[in-house]
Amino acid sequence: MAKKDLPRKPLTKTRLKNLILNVLRNPFNMIVLVSLIVLFCLIVIPLLTMIKSTFTLAEGELRRMPGHQAGEFTMYYWWYMAVSNMSKAVLWKPLLNSFVCGFFTTLISVPLGSVLAWLMIRTDIPGKKLLGILVTVPYMIPSWTKALAWLAVFRTPTSGANGFLTGLGIPIPDVLAYGPVAIVLCMSMHYYAFSYIQVSGALRSINSELEEMGEIQGANKAQILRHITLPLILPSVLSALVMTVSKSIGTYGVAANLGNRIGYYTLATRMRVFIDQGPQSVGYAMSIVLVGLAALILMSNQKAIGVRKSYATVGGKGGRSTLMPLGAAKKPMMAFLSIFLFLAMVMPFFVLIMETFQITTGAGYGMDNLTLYNWIGTVDEAQKYTNYPGIFRHDEFWSAFKNTVKLTLIGSIITAICGQFLGYISSRGRGKWYGNLTEQLVFVPYLMSGVAFSTMYFSMFSIPHLGGLIPSLYGTFTLIVLTSVVKHFPFASRSGTANMLSISVELEEAADIAGASFWKRMSSIIIPLAKNGFISGFMLTFISIAKELDLIIIMMTPTTRTMSFLAFTYSQEGYNQMSDAISVCVLLFILVCYIVANKVGGADIGKSW
Amino acid sequence: MSRIELKNIDKFYGSNHVLRNINLTIEDGDFMTLLGPSGCGKTTTLRVVSGLEKPQNGIMTIDGEEMINADLAYYAEPSKRGLNLVFQSYALWPHMTVYNNISFGLKIQKMSHDEIDRRVMDSLKMMRIDMYKDRYPTELSGGQQQRVAIARAVASSPKLLLLDEPLSNLDAKLRIDMRAELQRLHKELGTTIIYVTHDQVEALTMSTKIALFKAGELNQVATPMELYNNPIDLEAADFIGNPRINLISGRAEMKGGELVVKSELGGHTFSAEHLTNEQKPASGEFDCVLAVRPEQIIISRESVEGALPVKVYASQPAGSETIVTLKAGEEEFLSKEIGQVHYEIDQQVWAIIDQDKINVYNKETTRLIKRAV
Repeated sequence: MAKKDLPRKPLTKTRLKNLILNVLRNPFNMIVLVSLIVLFCLIVIPLLTMIKSTFTLAEGELRRMPGHQAGEFTMYYWWYMAVSNMSKAVLWKPLLNSFVCGFFTTLISVPLGSVLAWLMIRTDIPGKKLLGILVTVPYMIPSWTKALAWLAVFRTPTSGANGFLTGLGIPIPDVLAYGPVAIVLCMSMHYYAFSYIQVSGALRSINSELEEMGEIQGANKAQILRHITLPLILPSVLSALVMTVSKSIGTYGVAANLGNRIGYYTLATRMRVFIDQGPQSVGYAMSIVLVGLAALILMSNQKAIGVRKSYATVGGKGGRSTLMPLGAAKKPMMAFLSIFLFLAMVMPFFVLIMETFQITTGAGYGMDNLTLYNWIGTVDEAQKYTNYPGIFRHDEFWSAFKNTVKLTLIGSIITAICGQFLGYISSRGRGKWYGNLTEQLVFVPYLMSGVAFSTMYFSMFSIPHLGGLIPSLYGTFTLIVLTSVVKHFPFASRSGTANMLSISVELEEAADIAGASFWKRMSSIIIPLAKNGFISGFMLTFISIAKELDLIIIMMTPTTRTMSFLAFTYSQEGYNQMSDAISVCVLLFILVCYIVANKVGGADIGKSW
Repeated sequence: MSRIELKNIDKFYGSNHVLRNINLTIEDGDFMTLLGPSGCGKTTTLRVVSGLEKPQNGIMTIDGEEMINADLAYYAEPSKRGLNLVFQSYALWPHMTVYNNISFGLKIQKMSHDEIDRRVMDSLKMMRIDMYKDRYPTELSGGQQQRVAIARAVASSPKLLLLDEPLSNLDAKLRIDMRAELQRLHKELGTTIIYVTHDQVEALTMSTKIALFKAGELNQVATPMELYNNPIDLEAADFIGNPRINLISGRAEMKGGELVVKSELGGHTFSAEHLTNEQKPASGEFDCVLAVRPEQIIISRESVEGALPVKVYASQPAGSETIVTLKAGEEEFLSKEIGQVHYEIDQQVWAIIDQDKINVYNKETTRLIKRAV
């Protein structure tokens, strides 16, 4: 008998009353309902609003299109972007640039990260503990800081000041200092961490008995690597690859810092120009293109890996892991690692930090060129033309500092709480329609790069909706918090789901049978047990929001500036030393937070995205 | 102390029909075991009784009071049903001490502090774990956790105690200890117990009644010995008993109200009084299956009147008993002899089979047509 063959039950009054009571009496149903409505308002409606606005004629375009009325349906923006005589400059060239940067970034960072992971997990390379920390540190450093470090080393007089190398008299061609090469190398130094984290996770879960079996069968090291290890970690490599492609295509901070000064635009940087200078709907259309690209890439990944994903964690059974002796290759490998770490971390950040003490960048570290002016100087002691006092004496800095702390604190608390709630719903609703719907809705922000996402919110909330019920949030701190919160939903709810899955449903059922109400179960069982996972999730969100630039850049107004935005502005204005000084502050802030998170909450950067 | 009645219970997960028209009455004071292989619906039935699952069809009453009426979409809350449940995983709250685990439900019932303390200590003493009251669950062994879970369930003096495979996570020795413990508990409390297991030994040793499940349906409800002696179909016969029952195919025919059977065990005629009402051809030969428990086959080293000459195929002494594989024609079957006995391979022996102890099944319907006496 199938379910539909059951005789239909007559809908009596009692039955109806009981049906309604069954739903109402269970607060869980109410929570699901409210969450779905909120998610719908925060994710689906903004997306639709943005799409709609690209088809709606705005006031500003009336002079170009006489005889039309504002609010009319139009294909003008899409036409302007994709086929007009401007389209090459608007869309196709930046799109090509984005692809080129994304492609080469992936080409460098995925093999780099995978090899590093293999060296660290599977071989007997010495000094693992220290190396392990050093290798993951770059991931905590915001990618735009790396761009600033790059500039500190390679800057040429094209942008007004010497960098470290030009200062030494080494001629640096602009091709190296700015544009695609610089962008690709900078992003690779950041995104290799994705592959490192993913692949090292997979390698850790592979039982080395699988490899030893190959050895017994007579395979040599290269054959084992090629035929056993590599196929097993392939799904992780692929998913790292996809993440790298989609992230690097949408990155704003690096591309803007290194590309804008020579007129090299990617889709993300070009889009911001339109959002700032109009027509804004062209910018929105471009961001839809970005969203579509990311969705396409991720879906192709799901298709490609699909079934294979299941063996990504194969053989966690024995968990014994024998290290492969590197033998004669040990020294070259160590040299490779040292050079990599020196070039990728030590040198740029040394130069970056030193620059904050220099009067003229690139003029060496002689006593006559060193100053504390950039940190604590006042305007009248300025030895060079500058309008700003040192950052610690500058109100702008302190206001940005306060904003950063405020944003990260408020944003991450709200995000973490929402994440646990959403995680509760997805974990308890596994396989049910509301659980799946929640998971899918929550995943949408992940498809969008920071700039595309904030563009969407910007377009949604810059005008009042529902007759003023949702007021215009343009330029408010609330909008920035809201954007940060929703953008971090995917990560927060993933960590919340994992956390909630670790709390067996039976623990709740046992309390249910004991007579505990829903709220009692929450307060006595779920919350005490979820505490640790909550703290670690909170800390990771905190760091992630602290280093954010892409996401909030288009929403910045003079009163809401954060440190990362201030550093970006200074760099664009040519105050390189002060920009560097601020990024050093951001770095310290993040490092301190991470160390605290690691010690207090056991947070592990490897679990972050 | 309660009587539970399940009427026409149907439960679906999506389009998956997991409980099919379950009708079951559990008398006051019964130790009812729901038995069956995994995925047969026994745990789902338990969860329906507890109120953790809502069936789409059917009625359930406890002591005449309606707890489920699917037609009216009425489902009493679990805590209003006067029962308690021991989970397979124990579901002890890891952030509470043993004492707090047990007192949690009592506090919710707003009992006085003294009453709570008395009940917690009583149930802890009954399970002989009062010395662990301040420990956390992770600081206890599996067997001790099991006792805490049971103590938590009985502290509220439920009229009905539900146990979901409570012994499956214990090692073999502890399991035997806990079986005795549970039987004693049933006697002491006098509570009605519903016990879910896939282990037939647990079911046979502890219960007053067994409900045997098969793919979401109730196959047979009987006392343990009746279930053992007269399994209702071939599947039940195969499921119950260790070593497994001997199944020997043969040909049967109804002659003058009696069942005449031919097989490698020889010819048998069974009188009408031992036949069941199950469907069988009224005339003409049909395929049947004979079932004999290994302990019903007695081996004689000398020829005996009416005994079946057989060859020893293999012999497995296991200390307290010896399992002997015998061969008659093409049929192989087992015999279980108490004690340590030695037979040579291929030795000629005689098997004595009491024909009253033989079950006969209709091969086509797989149902029991002749009962053992």
